[in-house]
Amino acid sequence: MSVPIESPISFSNVGRTRWWQRSVFASQTAYVTVALLVLLVVMNFASPYFFTEGNIQNVANNFSFIAIATLGVTFVIITGGIDLSVGSMMCFAAMITSMVMSGLSTPGEPGASLFVHLAADNKTVVANVPGLILVVSVLAGLVVSLMVGLLNGLCIAVLGLSPFVTTLGTLSIVRGLAYVVSNGRGSFPGGPDAEYFYALTSGAVMGVPAPFIYLVILALIMAVVLHHTAFGRHVFALGGNEKAAELTGISVVRVKIEVYVICALAAGLQGIIISGWLGSAPANMATSYELNVIAAAVIGGANLAGGIVGPLGAIVGCVLLEVIRNGLVLAQVNSYWQQTLVGVIIILAVLVDRIRSRIN
Amino acid sequence: MDAASAAGQPVLELTGVGKDFGAIRALHGVDLQVFPGEVVGLMGDNGAGKSTLVKIIAGNFAATHGAIRFDSHVVHFHRPVDARAVGIEVVYQDLALADNLTAAANVFLGREIKRKFGPFSFLQHKAMDARALELFGELRSETQPQNLVKLMSGGQRQAVAIARTRLSNAKLVMMDEPTAAISVRQVEQVLSLIHRLKEQGVAVMLISHRMPDVFTVCDRVIVLRRGEKKADKPIRDTSPEEVTALITGAKEAA
Repeated sequence: MSVPIESPISFSNVGRTRWWQRSVFASQTAYVTVALLVLLVVMNFASPYFFTEGNIQNVANNFSFIAIATLGVTFVIITGGIDLSVGSMMCFAAMITSMVMSGLSTPGEPGASLFVHLAADNKTVVANVPGLILVVSVLAGLVVSLMVGLLNGLCIAVLGLSPFVTTLGTLSIVRGLAYVVSNGRGSFPGGPDAEYFYALTSGAVMGVPAPFIYLVILALIMAVVLHHTAFGRHVFALGGNEKAAELTGISVVRVKIEVYVICALAAGLQGIIISGWLGSAPANMATSYELNVIAAAVIGGANLAGGIVGPLGAIVGCVLLEVIRNGLVLAQVNSYWQQTLVGVIIILAVLVDRIRSRIN
Repeated sequence: MDAASAAGQPVLELTGVGKDFGAIRALHGVDLQVFPGEVVGLMGDNGAGKSTLVKIIAGNFAATHGAIRFDSHVVHFHRPVDARAVGIEVVYQDLALADNLTAAANVFLGREIKRKFGPFSFLQHKAMDARALELFGELRSETQPQNLVKLMSGGQRQAVAIARTRLSNAKLVMMDEPTAAISVRQVEQVLSLIHRLKEQGVAVMLISHRMPDVFTVCDRVIVLRRGEKKADKPIRDTSPEEVTALITGAKEAA
């Protein structure tokens, strides 16, 4: 009975996937980008101010204020998770950074003598090593974010708690801590290094806002990590089929912890940058930003079920949100409409994607 | 039985393997041998002990009694990784593929080809695609390395899952119901893939409910009932009717 089947298998129905069915072209990111370009053209005709240098700088600055955190959340969303704690994390990291900066710059505070001394006039505070306080305080903010990210990651990956509930918890915990440490008042960057801090966070290089430069660098790194490293591939594999990833020997727990840590660090850095632009880190800073960040990621093509999208989608989503906000202001539409419109766009973007995948 | 299996050492040999779950004896005194290049069908009703046996061989859990020899060495598996390390691969029923990745990415998932660049290592896409194409060629499948698994037919997915086992040069491939959820045309493709493995000298253990598949592709059939081996016969010495009788218990043993 055991007759070998000798005919080679031929799949007459199978060719290569067409280029327009592959990668970016087949994605929500692609047509949201098209929508964005259309919107830019419309804005150009609707308002003579839109394409002025000042306004473009303004737009670039504003979307960079959520885009770095969006890059981080995108990592988490690709694995099929979610991080609701980014808004609180932005605030807490910014607050720790400015508190450490002010603290180390105040003679008499613990540890400050290592970093500053009083000048001959007995009033001016001079840094022992210029820039050192800045580095230490930014690191302090990032370390705090890292620890919260670790907490998220451990609860989700090791204890198996749901990402939604865990990060909803840390949203509240971290926001609460921000109020506790500042007694509800917030904090301000101060001391001899504050100048550097403002220059690095809200300055510009040849007219290009600093946050935008950071965003571009981080997005490029993210693109390389996602598409050209084993870690990136495992992040996608987790979103595609977590069980398969586990069976192939990928350390699912480790990858999960890593994405939550990356997300927390991105949010922390984002918060620190925003506080430089604001000139302070109030305790209610970035409240509900997590919704903008997740909205931007979803508009850019992230599927909350995981497995798709990259840095380009995250950025396109952020730009679209900001252009709409900016456009409404320029068109002198009541700016309260913005939030309504953002909601409509989220649903439209996802709806168009659903219709497209039905047709395919 | 084929010439390959008549001579030479068995690749897998179980002696008196049993498994107790508390007071329940799931598997009792199973002796079996599998030779290189041989396709063995493992049949039995639900609860007969097929999955328990497969899980013991695959390293999901250890046997309570008996010994396992692989390549003439006694082995003790604690985790699936241990079994994979000596050359045992399992193709799971649901195939365990990541739909959102390409065929090549799935074949290499967890063992990507990388090149060091300072402290970082980067994926070698071209090398992986080329090797995957070679593997698909060996399996005479026209699966393209760069195609997304999401867009593939059941037969092509099987090719990807089997190519994974070829990548590691597995000596024994266990396939859990590979033809359960696919079309008739694709079943033929999968059986053909099994022949390709056999040609390469790989031992295949086919766990299946489908009598025609077992009789088309297997050299030998093993029947389990209530955790015990009831039959172990060359396929040409038996018939679907006899195997059915052995599975149901209408015939006690053969």
